[in-house]
Amino acid sequence: MHAVYNFVAGPLLWVTAAVFLGGVLYRLVSMALLARKKDLVVYSYMDLRYALRSIMHWLAPFGSLNSRRRPVFTIVTFTFHVCLFLVPIFLFAHVVLWKQSWNVSWWYISEATGDVLTLVVIAACLFFLVRRLVLPDVKYLSSASDFVILALVAAPFVTGFWTYHQWIGFRTMGIVHILSGEILLMAIPFTKLSHMIFFPFMRGYMGSEFGAVRHARDW
Amino acid sequence: MVAPATQDKPKIHDMGIAQGAAKLTPERIEVVIRQFLKNETGARLKAYLETCVHCGLCSEACHFYLSNDNDPAFAPAAKVKQTLGEIVKHKGRVSPAFIEKACEIAHTECNLCRRCAMYCPFGIDVAYLMLVMRRICHLLGTTPQYLQDTAHSHSATLNQMWVKEDEWIDSLQWQEEEAQEEIPKLRIPLEKEGADVFYSVIGPEPKFRAQLIYQAAVIMNTAGVNWTMPATPGWDNSDMCMYSGDNEMMARLKRAHFETAMRLKVKRIVMGECGHAFRSVYDMGNRALGWRMPPIPVVHAIEFYYELLKSGRIRIAKKYPTPVTIHDPCNVVRGRGLHEMLRYVADALCEKVVEMHPNREHNYCCSAGGGVINTGPPFKNKRVTGNRVKAEQLFRVKTKGVKTVIAPCHNCHGGLEDIIHVNQLGLELKFLGDLIYETMEKPE
Repeated sequence: MHAVYNFVAGPLLWVTAAVFLGGVLYRLVSMALLARKKDLVVYSYMDLRYALRSIMHWLAPFGSLNSRRRPVFTIVTFTFHVCLFLVPIFLFAHVVLWKQSWNVSWWYISEATGDVLTLVVIAACLFFLVRRLVLPDVKYLSSASDFVILALVAAPFVTGFWTYHQWIGFRTMGIVHILSGEILLMAIPFTKLSHMIFFPFMRGYMGSEFGAVRHARDW
Repeated sequence: MVAPATQDKPKIHDMGIAQGAAKLTPERIEVVIRQFLKNETGARLKAYLETCVHCGLCSEACHFYLSNDNDPAFAPAAKVKQTLGEIVKHKGRVSPAFIEKACEIAHTECNLCRRCAMYCPFGIDVAYLMLVMRRICHLLGTTPQYLQDTAHSHSATLNQMWVKEDEWIDSLQWQEEEAQEEIPKLRIPLEKEGADVFYSVIGPEPKFRAQLIYQAAVIMNTAGVNWTMPATPGWDNSDMCMYSGDNEMMARLKRAHFETAMRLKVKRIVMGECGHAFRSVYDMGNRALGWRMPPIPVVHAIEFYYELLKSGRIRIAKKYPTPVTIHDPCNVVRGRGLHEMLRYVADALCEKVVEMHPNREHNYCCSAGGGVINTGPPFKNKRVTGNRVKAEQLFRVKTKGVKTVIAPCHNCHGGLEDIIHVNQLGLELKFLGDLIYETMEKPE
């Protein structure tokens, strides 16, 4: 058990960091080079002002017409994405680990808050799952990989919650927790989770075309 | 090998698609698609396909989806999944039957109106993806017959309607003579070098709607515009090759159009009331030729009429009395942001303008654009029933007393005419030119 823990919390963590950071960098650079080679329009029309205008409208809750038309989905998806970043970075248990390993620390959220935010993420994942199973158009679009990705996202939160509350088998669960977090991070650059990396560029490009060329709004 | 895209819809027979597909073999398809993907597509296709999280947020953007009782197969992302998604996933190893189905989806279930780009948080451009699919169809020789016929006309005559050079000049002179009965000094100047305005129209104007040229001539003469029309091929600004995936011909057509303007040394091109032609001149043809923006200023009729009315060069004698509504054409509204100018013009011409909702950038497409109406009779019912939401929109404004629909786009006219007819809405369709001609002060 200790050996496994030491492995996932040691060497594998380094591998994860390398794959995640290297992967993000690789995807960005290779995509930028591909665009330079095959989609020069992207460089010709990208316009910082209009890119930001569009991105800001889409990042602001209810800033786009579609998000106003779907208030429930908007609230769920925004809180989901916010918690998704808050919990891993600002959870007390995680901040402590950073402190131990690197002697760096920052602001953290209370344990109760962390608990609630974790539950929010899990609930949101369930919401997305039900949506995929119930709404005909989303169901039609969904393939096995969409469910796997959803499970990948939910896993660290479910296992983390389990571990924190020291339910049965929490030591094993702790290892699963670290492992699932690592898998999630490594998956980001190479799956549909890469929308995290490409969102600003895609929305920015569409915003640039709509704003600078077509003089219209795209939200 | 992948089976045909699954869609429980009645099979529509199109000779162009069916006979094209009959000549295909899986090996040929694979070779063509692989070469195409390698040589002509890149970051955009990759990023769009790899990041779509299948959230379904785009579904309700599409009039086909809404009008077909929210049939999931018509959702924008679903159309991508059934076509390019499969092709890329299987690296081009798809069957001729699959290509047939994908061809029908790309050509007749998407108007490339780009409304879904405004509903996708990531800004995935489904119109671009459908054009990529149409390009594949073109390279494989499976384009709907009627659309391909138009594309052939473009390549043979440089206009959409097989209008010969002498027939073109003849039509203009005929309209000039007709109009001279009303305004004796009226001229339709041909080949006038250094004019302020090169007035360009689409092929169907001299062919079927010559009165629009008449009206434009009256407006130009009354406003005292220094204008000209060319006597040579290059006069037609339309571009069905842009929609059939024949990018080489698209570039040839736009080159002829721009070069005609440059040869005449005009200050700018003013285009008639057409949306797709505007898209081809302002957004796509110029890119195909390597120009970031058109090499000569291009103005759509809406903007031109706005200028004439705002500066008082055209004065309105009596406003159009009955209530009208405005249909926002996607290619000049989402494609050029002319919606407020359109409203300024409509208000200047009409007593009462009743808005349809959603409107402006969020308007529903006419379901004719994107080359869909040009796929002809085989797909007419599909196109009209695929836009029930537009009929409902029109019906709602009809209950508010609207009698007339302003649609400053030829394709929108064609599409809306069918929708009005099939749904027995009894509404009249007008171009802005029709209304200006009717309401303006004319010289004695």
